[in-house]
Amino acid sequence: MRALFFRDLALALRAGGGFGLGLAFFLIVVVLVPFSVGPQSALLTQIAPGVLWLGALLACLLSLDRLLAVDWEDGALDLLATSPLPLEGILAVKAAAHWVTTGLPLVLAAPVLGVLLNLAPGGYGVLVLSLALGTPALSMIGAFGAALTVGIKRGGLLLSLLVLPLYVPTLIFGAEAARRAAQGLDPATPLLLLAGITLAVLAAMPFAAGLVLRVNLR
Amino acid sequence: MSLWEYANPVKFLALSERVMPWLWVSSAVCLVVGLIWGFFFTPDDFRQGSTVKIIYLHVPAALMAINAWFMMLVASLIWIVRRHHVSALAAKAAAPVGIVMTLIALVTGAIWGQPMWGTWWAWDPRLTSFLILFLFYLGYVALWEAIEDPDTAADLTSILCLVGTVFAVLSRYAVLFWNQGLHQGASLSLDKEENVADVFYFPLLVCIGGFVLLFLALVLYRTGTEIRVRRTRALMAREAKLA
Amino acid sequence: MPDLGKYADAVLSAYAVSIVLLVAIVGLSLWRGRKVRAEMENVERRSGRDG
Repeated sequence: MRALFFRDLALALRAGGGFGLGLAFFLIVVVLVPFSVGPQSALLTQIAPGVLWLGALLACLLSLDRLLAVDWEDGALDLLATSPLPLEGILAVKAAAHWVTTGLPLVLAAPVLGVLLNLAPGGYGVLVLSLALGTPALSMIGAFGAALTVGIKRGGLLLSLLVLPLYVPTLIFGAEAARRAAQGLDPATPLLLLAGITLAVLAAMPFAAGLVLRVNLR
Repeated sequence: MSLWEYANPVKFLALSERVMPWLWVSSAVCLVVGLIWGFFFTPDDFRQGSTVKIIYLHVPAALMAINAWFMMLVASLIWIVRRHHVSALAAKAAAPVGIVMTLIALVTGAIWGQPMWGTWWAWDPRLTSFLILFLFYLGYVALWEAIEDPDTAADLTSILCLVGTVFAVLSRYAVLFWNQGLHQGASLSLDKEENVADVFYFPLLVCIGGFVLLFLALVLYRTGTEIRVRRTRALMAREAKLA
Repeated sequence: MPDLGKYADAVLSAYAVSIVLLVAIVGLSLWRGRKVRAEMENVERRSGRDG
């Protein structure tokens, strides 16, 4: 399992695919926002937490269709499925690798981009914390979506349509926590709920994803 | 004689052929009676004026939008547990009907909201939840359309339906947390205080009956269509093999 | 026709939209159902003759 994890990491790093791309996409989204809503710093301060969360979520979505498709195309997925590792474990590991290559850089980049959007000083810590708590759920839900659409040619768009509604609760609680902190309110309740959702997703989603992938590998 | 007999497509078709005329007629009667009763013979509400008449479409459609998803959930579970094809096809058949019900609920709500709340749309928890439900329907139908093999499609969409249900319920409560609403409480509930007045209540019940019957008729009919599509495909595959 | 007062537009458009949508889903279902049934009978007749 550990070997698989490092293999996925190495592939993501070497292929130049997801790793930098998600981060660059996040940067571009954040840069485009002032162009679309205007440069007034008061307005930007107000919407900064939400924009950062939305940008991170979209950047996370961007690399999902490669999560399983690469291994599906060259047959590695069939080999993995016949290995003694449980399929659920394989998917959890793949989601973890996706998080390390996509989610984690986003979490680390968020405060820097927060400066661009004039985020209120009190919001930085909770923004990072909420993203750190929420993005693992995004990766795991994404792995489920990738498992659903792996057999479909050009499934990327369908993947977004299926996965985005599933992101709603995470987005609501994550952005709410960041917004509350930026406004100087207590973010504890949404943070706890966010953590709860992430834990539940991490516990249950690998099984749903495994079930789905088994159907697709039939 | 058990219910599972109707998992056999031939028996299912025979039964639905017999039941469907009754369903079509009774749903048409209920809808016509209920809507005419509601439209022509009920008084205006003293605050809402004549817009109260929209309730006869809005409430039944909203009810069916949720119940259609619930029916799909049950049908998906039956497919997963007992592998009856009719069940999977019934879930597939119900989804577009659910989409139409959701659309009616959203549109009539917006038209009602414009004069009453002064806005077409508000990010109220109930409205937002319905919009999310709409997105789930779209994803579900899109997944059915995207997959070639019908059994694979049935498996994947059933699991999506289960997972989607969990997330739809989660979203419902998340949205409640996120924003307090404008929307009034339940129009129909066992709590007398909260209920709408009797003048509106009885025609509304007739309309709800009409929508339920229409939904049943549509789902039976569309399930029959799906069964025939599969039979045609099977026959054509056999032909191709013989040739 | 009852007096709908100043909300006539709202009420009538709500009814119109809903009825159009309902008729559309019923119509589409029936249209597709007919087409599929005809096609199936066609194929059935053919396979009956051959086999």
